[in-house]
Amino acid sequence: MFLFYELAVIPMYLLIGIWGTGPKEYSAMKLTLMLMGGSALLLVGLLGIYFNSSPDRSRLTFNILEISKIIIPLPAQRLFFPLTFIGFGVLGALFPFHTWSPDGHASAPTAVSMLHAGVLMKLGGYGAFRVAIFLMPQAAHELSWIFIILTSISVVYGAFGAIAQKDLKYINAYSSVSHCGLVLFAVLMMNQTAMNGAIIQMISHGLMTALFFALIGMLYGRTHTRMINEMGGLMKIIPFLSVCYVIAGLASLGLPGLSGFVAEMTIFVGAFQHPELFFRIVTVLVVSSIVITAVYILRVIAILLLGPTTNEHFEHLPDAKWFEKISVVTLIGSVAAIGLAPFWLSTMIGASLHPIIEKILALNPF
Amino acid sequence: MSLGNFLIMRHEMLLIVAALSVLIAEIFWDPDKKKSIILFSVLLFAVITIIGFLPSTEGSLFGGMYISSGTRVLMKNILNIGVLLVLIQSVTWLKKEENSGKINEYFLLIISTLIGMNFMISAGHFLIFYIGIELATIPIAALAAYDRYRNKSAEAGIKLILSSALSSGILLYGLSMIYGTTGSMYFGEVAKQFGNNSLQILGFIFFFSGMAFKISIVPFHLWTADVYEGSPVNITSYLSVISKGAALFILIIILFTVFPVIMATWQKTIFVTSILTMTIGNLFAIRQQNLKRFLAFSSISQAGYILLGLIGGNQLGMTSVIYYILVYIFSNLGAFGVVAAISNATGKENIDDYNGLYHTNPKLSLIMTLALFSLAGIPPVAGFFGKFFLFTAAAQKGYYLLVLIAVLNTIISLFYYLLVVKAMFIVKSENPIEKFRSDFPTRFALGICVAGIVINGFASIIFEAIRNLSFGV
Repeated sequence: MFLFYELAVIPMYLLIGIWGTGPKEYSAMKLTLMLMGGSALLLVGLLGIYFNSSPDRSRLTFNILEISKIIIPLPAQRLFFPLTFIGFGVLGALFPFHTWSPDGHASAPTAVSMLHAGVLMKLGGYGAFRVAIFLMPQAAHELSWIFIILTSISVVYGAFGAIAQKDLKYINAYSSVSHCGLVLFAVLMMNQTAMNGAIIQMISHGLMTALFFALIGMLYGRTHTRMINEMGGLMKIIPFLSVCYVIAGLASLGLPGLSGFVAEMTIFVGAFQHPELFFRIVTVLVVSSIVITAVYILRVIAILLLGPTTNEHFEHLPDAKWFEKISVVTLIGSVAAIGLAPFWLSTMIGASLHPIIEKILALNPF
Repeated sequence: MSLGNFLIMRHEMLLIVAALSVLIAEIFWDPDKKKSIILFSVLLFAVITIIGFLPSTEGSLFGGMYISSGTRVLMKNILNIGVLLVLIQSVTWLKKEENSGKINEYFLLIISTLIGMNFMISAGHFLIFYIGIELATIPIAALAAYDRYRNKSAEAGIKLILSSALSSGILLYGLSMIYGTTGSMYFGEVAKQFGNNSLQILGFIFFFSGMAFKISIVPFHLWTADVYEGSPVNITSYLSVISKGAALFILIIILFTVFPVIMATWQKTIFVTSILTMTIGNLFAIRQQNLKRFLAFSSISQAGYILLGLIGGNQLGMTSVIYYILVYIFSNLGAFGVVAAISNATGKENIDDYNGLYHTNPKLSLIMTLALFSLAGIPPVAGFFGKFFLFTAAAQKGYYLLVLIAVLNTIISLFYYLLVVKAMFIVKSENPIEKFRSDFPTRFALGICVAGIVINGFASIIFEAIRNLSFGV
């Protein structure tokens, strides 16, 4: 698992560095070095788990299922859980290790951004689940308050950061930081509903952010600028793309009927069920991020799409071609499907979460 | 002791025969066909390498002065592969006009060095060990000054011989202290008599310093950059891989068999020196422009990582060191092979000259990228597994802090390796290096390096085989 985790990072350097835009070498180098830094911490954590994976040092193993059957000694857990969690968190946009994300996503070409934000960042969330929390639940329970603070900062700060941006891709990158931070936030709550929500959020955000980056790419291909104050009133000029952008925005801010709502609702309900008061207060603070998300999404839609056209160069832009329509409609369709009928997804998720939940409930009865 | 016993010394005898035949061949060779002697020598060495892999008998000769065991034969075979690759890569350089008068001496000197290293690895007595080291060092100094009319090359040779002489003197001083306090120089006897006597520990420190010079550990590394930059490219590759590898092999054998009593002492020493070596090697490599100096500092930091394998004193440590040196041979010779090909064709050696190489010579830049990724330790190439096993060996004995520092240093090294990749692939250039086609030996050697890097990553039987052999030293 570690091998492929590291392997996923290196092609990003070449992809962003060769085909990107803007300060691409700087962003590519920053992204690669920070992500490999996360892998470095992760390696130490994994070696620690390996050497503690057998009570009498006789049958050391790297097999996750085998290790999950025993309890790793508590002092080792307290040392290696932060290392492993931070190692995965760097990829999953944990504050303060998220700084590779805005530059990286903004400088990358469209398809690379879609892949990276939509898929790669979920590796961080998956790893945190599978390895950090599954194998070391006691330390996770004890130390979760530190990481809850960090993840809630990344959710709220990411949203605030998005408000201040003028470049479409930077807005989206900060939005990704915020949503992926929400995944890690939910995972740390350590109860069934929140974890279900985390996985739904992973899928939903993956689709949403891919949709967003695709639309931004299409806009950039037509107008050759990503600054929102240079474009305006595009709804009349390219109605199909604008409507799709509005739908994507509404999914991102959690409108019921689209997948964002299902995910965030589950996460917040689950998080609020945590028995300790501190966590509930933090949950309330994080819920405020929904409002902040609404601010930046609606602001962009207003400036970009609605109102009179501000730039006469863009009067005659072509609307979406057939292949663009197919890709965007597919993504919107899946987002809506999850939003309107999530039960087919949640049975699958429930089945896969079953061993993890069992283990957590057995050791930390709430 | 019958004559048949001498077959235990099979490696060295074959090499001596090869050296002598290369020396004499010049007399009988037709002067017009001088260049074909290159082919003859390389083929001769290839035959020797293959014979080296045949199963051999273990035992000791000369009353225990010379020991041959499975591990040591494996180490010699690995060095043979490396030298064969260096020789194949040097064919292009040797065919140049300026070198036409010096072809025989080149082979003779390289084979002599290798003989010295073989004796060093098979040592059972400190005297054979010392003779081996001296025989390994002096011809290399002559080789470093091979382009004697080029200032830098002559400077490299002088620096190498003077600093080697100093370090050999210190080594010998340490050995004399060990002899004085234990009364014998046989490895077995010394191990029995060794205690925590302060004079003995001082002797050990001097011995370690002498060895550290050859491995380029900080603070004994100052000769490395200048010598690597000044020597001809093929000698640089020989120095960085074979010389360092042989010294590491014998160091690990001696530490595990002769000095296990003071394990706590040398573990502390290695802890400090490995952190210094990795960090300083990496930090200095960032600002280098000349590729040979760049690879010199990178090889200093690689030596630092290998020390992590030594620190545990366990079987996994020895296995990982041997495996890593095998992988390191292929990766470093791959990188140096590309540098040599470009240097032979155009004479350019700076990173800035490599800008835009991908557009003119895509295969060369891909080989260089593969070699650099293997050196940096990126999966799935073999370099990753090598580093991983080294770190696991250190972690097994609880040195987690050291592993953390090593991994952070890997990140720093990734930065400067990516600088070269960036130059080749991303930076656009006005006049990139022209497209050229290397002749067959260069391509063959680079092909073997690539195959070595890729296969070692996937074939775990190689690691298993090494592990089985490294049990009993």
